[in-house]
Amino acid sequence: MTAISESGAAVGNPGAEADRVVEAVLADLARDHRGVVVDSPPGAGKSTLVVRAAAHLAAAGERLMIVAQTNEQVDDLIDRIAGDHPDLAIGRLSAAGYAASERVTAHASVRVAQKADDIADRTVVIATAAKWATLTDGSWPWAIVDEAYQMRSDMLLRIAGRFERALFVGDPGQLDPFSTVEVERWAGLSWDPMRSAVSVLLAHNPELPVHRLPVSWRLPASAAPVVSRAFYPFTGFRSGTGPQDRRLELSTGGMGTSYDRAVEEAAATGWGLYELPARHTLRTDAEAVQATAALAVRMLQRGPVAHSERGENPVGADRIAVGAAHRDQVAAIRAALGPHAAEITVDTANRLQGREYDVTVVLHPLSGRRDATAFHLESGRLCVLASRHRHACLVVARAGIPELLDAHPSAEPVRLGVPVKFPDGWEANQAVLAHLADHRVRADT
Amino acid sequence: MSTLTALAQLEALATGRAQPVATVRHCHLSEKPLVMIPLKLAGEAAAPLATMLGTDRDAPELLVVPQPRNRDLRFAYAAELAKAVLAHVEAERGATETLEPSKDGEERFRYERAPQIVVPNRGGVGFLRLLGRSTRFRSTEGPWAVDPAVPMLGRWLTWYADRNDRPGSSLLLTLTETLRLHWATGQSSLEDGNLGALMGWIDPPDGMDGPSAAARAEDPVACPPAGPTTDPTFDNEVLAPAIAAYDESGGAPRAEERVRAAVASQLRPTWDLAWRALDLLRALPEGASVPRRWERDRDSFTYFHREFAENPPQAKLDDAVRAARRLHDLERSQESYEAQRAFDDPLVMAEQRLAGQAFGGVVTAADPTRLDESGKRPKLRPHLWIRTEDPVRLDEGATVVNAARPGLKGRIVEIDGGDVLLELTGGMGRKLTPEAGVVPEPGLEVVFTSRTSDSWGAAKFPERDDTPWTHGGPPAEYEPADEDATEVWS
Amino acid sequence: MSRDDEHTATDLSHLRGGEAPRNHDARTIAALTANPGCARRGVMDAAAVDKDAVARHLGFGAPFGQSQFAITRGNAFEAQVKADGCAELLALLRDRLGLDVPEVAYDDLESVGTESREVRHARTRHLMARALETGAGTLFDHPLLRLDIAGQRAYLEPDVIAFQLGGRFHVVEVKSFAVVDGQAEPEQVAAAARQSAVYVLALRELVEGLGHDPERVSHEVFLVCPENFSNRPTATPLDVRPQLAVVKRQLARLTRAEDIARRLPEGLTFALDEGLPEAVRAVEARYAPECMASCEMALFCRDEARACGATGTLGRNVRDELGGVDSVVTALELARGVREPSEDMAETAEQLRIAARLRREALGSGGERSAEQPLVGAQAPRGATDVLERTA
Repeated sequence: MTAISESGAAVGNPGAEADRVVEAVLADLARDHRGVVVDSPPGAGKSTLVVRAAAHLAAAGERLMIVAQTNEQVDDLIDRIAGDHPDLAIGRLSAAGYAASERVTAHASVRVAQKADDIADRTVVIATAAKWATLTDGSWPWAIVDEAYQMRSDMLLRIAGRFERALFVGDPGQLDPFSTVEVERWAGLSWDPMRSAVSVLLAHNPELPVHRLPVSWRLPASAAPVVSRAFYPFTGFRSGTGPQDRRLELSTGGMGTSYDRAVEEAAATGWGLYELPARHTLRTDAEAVQATAALAVRMLQRGPVAHSERGENPVGADRIAVGAAHRDQVAAIRAALGPHAAEITVDTANRLQGREYDVTVVLHPLSGRRDATAFHLESGRLCVLASRHRHACLVVARAGIPELLDAHPSAEPVRLGVPVKFPDGWEANQAVLAHLADHRVRADT
Repeated sequence: MSTLTALAQLEALATGRAQPVATVRHCHLSEKPLVMIPLKLAGEAAAPLATMLGTDRDAPELLVVPQPRNRDLRFAYAAELAKAVLAHVEAERGATETLEPSKDGEERFRYERAPQIVVPNRGGVGFLRLLGRSTRFRSTEGPWAVDPAVPMLGRWLTWYADRNDRPGSSLLLTLTETLRLHWATGQSSLEDGNLGALMGWIDPPDGMDGPSAAARAEDPVACPPAGPTTDPTFDNEVLAPAIAAYDESGGAPRAEERVRAAVASQLRPTWDLAWRALDLLRALPEGASVPRRWERDRDSFTYFHREFAENPPQAKLDDAVRAARRLHDLERSQESYEAQRAFDDPLVMAEQRLAGQAFGGVVTAADPTRLDESGKRPKLRPHLWIRTEDPVRLDEGATVVNAARPGLKGRIVEIDGGDVLLELTGGMGRKLTPEAGVVPEPGLEVVFTSRTSDSWGAAKFPERDDTPWTHGGPPAEYEPADEDATEVWS
Repeated sequence: MSRDDEHTATDLSHLRGGEAPRNHDARTIAALTANPGCARRGVMDAAAVDKDAVARHLGFGAPFGQSQFAITRGNAFEAQVKADGCAELLALLRDRLGLDVPEVAYDDLESVGTESREVRHARTRHLMARALETGAGTLFDHPLLRLDIAGQRAYLEPDVIAFQLGGRFHVVEVKSFAVVDGQAEPEQVAAAARQSAVYVLALRELVEGLGHDPERVSHEVFLVCPENFSNRPTATPLDVRPQLAVVKRQLARLTRAEDIARRLPEGLTFALDEGLPEAVRAVEARYAPECMASCEMALFCRDEARACGATGTLGRNVRDELGGVDSVVTALELARGVREPSEDMAETAEQLRIAARLRREALGSGGERSAEQPLVGAQAPRGATDVLERTA
């Protein structure tokens, strides 16, 4: 039996509701479970939970290791833990080539080392999974594994010997881990090395408690229901803020162009679909790339100001991100952004995982395609792209995606014993498109 | 798939002939490969019907199971096949080289050669894998005893099929995939799966062009399929009556000869096709990294052969640790194989250039003795200006290596339209002036790529007995069970 | 096999031009999911045209023959599983899957003489109604099911068993492909899952028609296959929710065939006469090489697509790399720079020109091969060779 924490109906105080889940997670850490899993939809306070759990365990006198997936994530976590708990002795284990970032060096309580022995006295030791995998001895009573759904199970196999018990935290809706090789020999095995760490963990330890953070603090009231329905059909979540709590104000007037109207639509409603005429194109569709870059710039030019529970803050270039499916699209958009490329983040869905902005501009993965592939339809990709924003998300797409989905042949091979994946990419794409259709602004011709 | 291959396919359509997508051969070809063309009985997982095999194109051996549902006949066939395969293994071993001992002083050996097997298509690999699975656990004693060669065959076939999974391995080659690595046709990849149609495009018979040769190859009467699945019409109209007659005759030699003749008629055209395909591949110059990859194949062969007597048959399933190790090895092989192919072959490198991950052009200026004196010690950091027409999609600061000399490394300083300024950072020797001829001179054509190989260190994995609780703990030791040894094969 | 009870509702049956309608079965229904964007296939299927007969009449008969060895093996395996009131099957469900199957009753709905399918369907309904209400019965073999396909009533005679367990029905599908060490050919499993989904759907319609919750038919079906290399059966649970969603979607979509049909020339029919080729060509196809695996018309459509030089014959991915340029000649002319690209093709043209230059450079430096196999041979389109020489 898998224990699922009760999140209750979507009424009442979201803060209290989320707190109840966090308390339940912390309480479970004190019980006899070898592991505890926490599913966290986009922006549901995953990092906050990691910080709290780390402090909680440290306060109970436990040494613990923290596993993150990238150096960037490690440094983010260090910054947050050291900031909230300056008295906690933290060790940062790193590879030889690593240059400590300012977020790390700014904290006196953090020591950086390449060898675990050099920071053996630290209460909390943090490193990437890849770095942890280089250790062959040493053991910690507790581990916290962050972004555990993005970690492959073979990586978990390599590091699991280092800890007795662990808290696994991650977002099941984002992109699954992948491999550069296609091998079928492990399909259906519960220890398939290509599956995610959490899926293998739960297959072998079905009794572990699984909690679910019920409130997204990032996604505004305009986005949480859309993202929840499309990508978390069985495990919904709600937004922590109400429709009146967030507002994106444009401080300068526009010129009435379709760019302006799309920016205004997104500012007013939280969503915008900038639709180019239907056409089959190369992946690096110049017109779409141009529009994506131009919309990001126009948004900036309109002097957006974010009003939220955090007060009134101008949205600078560092708070805007552009997302796309392919690396060549990212390169093309960067080129189109010109000088702005230095300030506005442009990246693939893979690399945008776990990051948060006020406004995002997304080049739709299916824009200009004649046929959809499994890559394009992967629900995690669209989920990442459509759930990075606190205020507004502007999607750029060519017309014709509904027709493309309609004509998509569904003849995916089926492997025995492999659990069915939800949501189905086709359905998720359809749901998001149906919502975007109400926020459409057609490109000027 | 890239626009480059797509264009080659369009050219193939326009010319009526397959077009090259490689300038060198990216696989090893032994002087005496064992060509095997297996057929199985329709509707069964791995019931062998026949195999044509041999290392001499003029003298194929034909092994047939005249009644594929007869268990004894099947095992007789498996024993025959085993003898042929094991003879090939022993014949193609060559002398034993003694290598430098390993770091911990262990003796190391490598056979000079390794036995290569060639099958027509992926289906052939799948069949050999299943045949290996169905024979490697058989017992050579007791009531279900089989010829001792049978389980040995099973283990060798399993090993071959596993090697075929490995990117860049040439021990078990499939012709359709190998040919497709070197030529693009005017038909889809699905149609390329038909060896006859694929060969029709690459090397049409006299008086025919690619499309007509491929169309002919799709007619199963003119060109029987390359197996392991047989043509249903052949099954119904020729094979079934022949097998029925064999049954009725009580196994008479004449009736057996009729079955043999029937399957021979299906196999012989593919046999000839396979050798012609090998001729075409052999005519290509070998890629520079092919010997290195073949060395890895020989290492694997040496190890498997030398440890053969000590080891039990391969397990039915990989346990968690083995699976993780294998995946790691496969990914490493994949990455170095892709990188090596690009370094070996300008047409493969062209894919990276088209994708903007590499660029080529003429050196317009060079400052080969430039020093970076910003640090404590001066460092040799030559500048190189390259003019390119390629659509470079690299960021400033990206690390690149020279395609002709991967040791020569650099960093992109600036991209201005078609001009790239490169700072060379390594591979020029240890002094403050570069070794002669290392820094490309103005006027020279160069290619630099951002895709490099060998970024992987060796990974550490737990011992099988230390399989962690997250993966179910240590698995039970596999003990060959009686059940496996006597598994029904019907 | 036309019967009076079969043509109901709206009808595209006039498109058959008097030919007998093709009888749908789960395989043909499942095939609807294969290429839903193809108008030709959509219209022909909605009108229950016998595509196999059409293809043969056009001289492009589909090579979907089956070996008698496979048929014999399949029949023998099924007979073995179902022998003695499904004794082996029950043992499997109990022992292998650990299901608590209390008492057993086996009803074969097939074996009553020469009764019509209406009568048989009524009998299926009757037995199912009783089972739903009283829980009576465990195994129902050969239920005769019904499904509306674009307003056309299709009977399904599945070789499946409806298995009642704890008030829910599961479809049990017997297939003769092997499951070796827990794995089977993914394409064959997918085909089985699609077919099972059709049966689940039809069973759900029946259950709902009887006034019960359609969810009493489970999305979990049991696939029974030979294990390893033996004839011994093994059962594997299979979750067919994704396939159910797809089949439902495509069935709903078939009604759109009427819109397409409305735009067809007056009086057009797919009667097997001299007008057939023209009639078929009047409805646009969306050929892709994958059609060869599932559509009887594939060889005809491939020939047609090749004749008009469509890039799609090379595969969906190739066409995608060409950024939507549909014509081989156009793509080649763009690559060679002999055609001024329209605005919407400018990027593809640029990409193709770079690709052509890179190929030229690489093959030039490759030496031997380019001499042996010139880039453009004797049969190149007019104008191509000299242009290449000029640009080289």
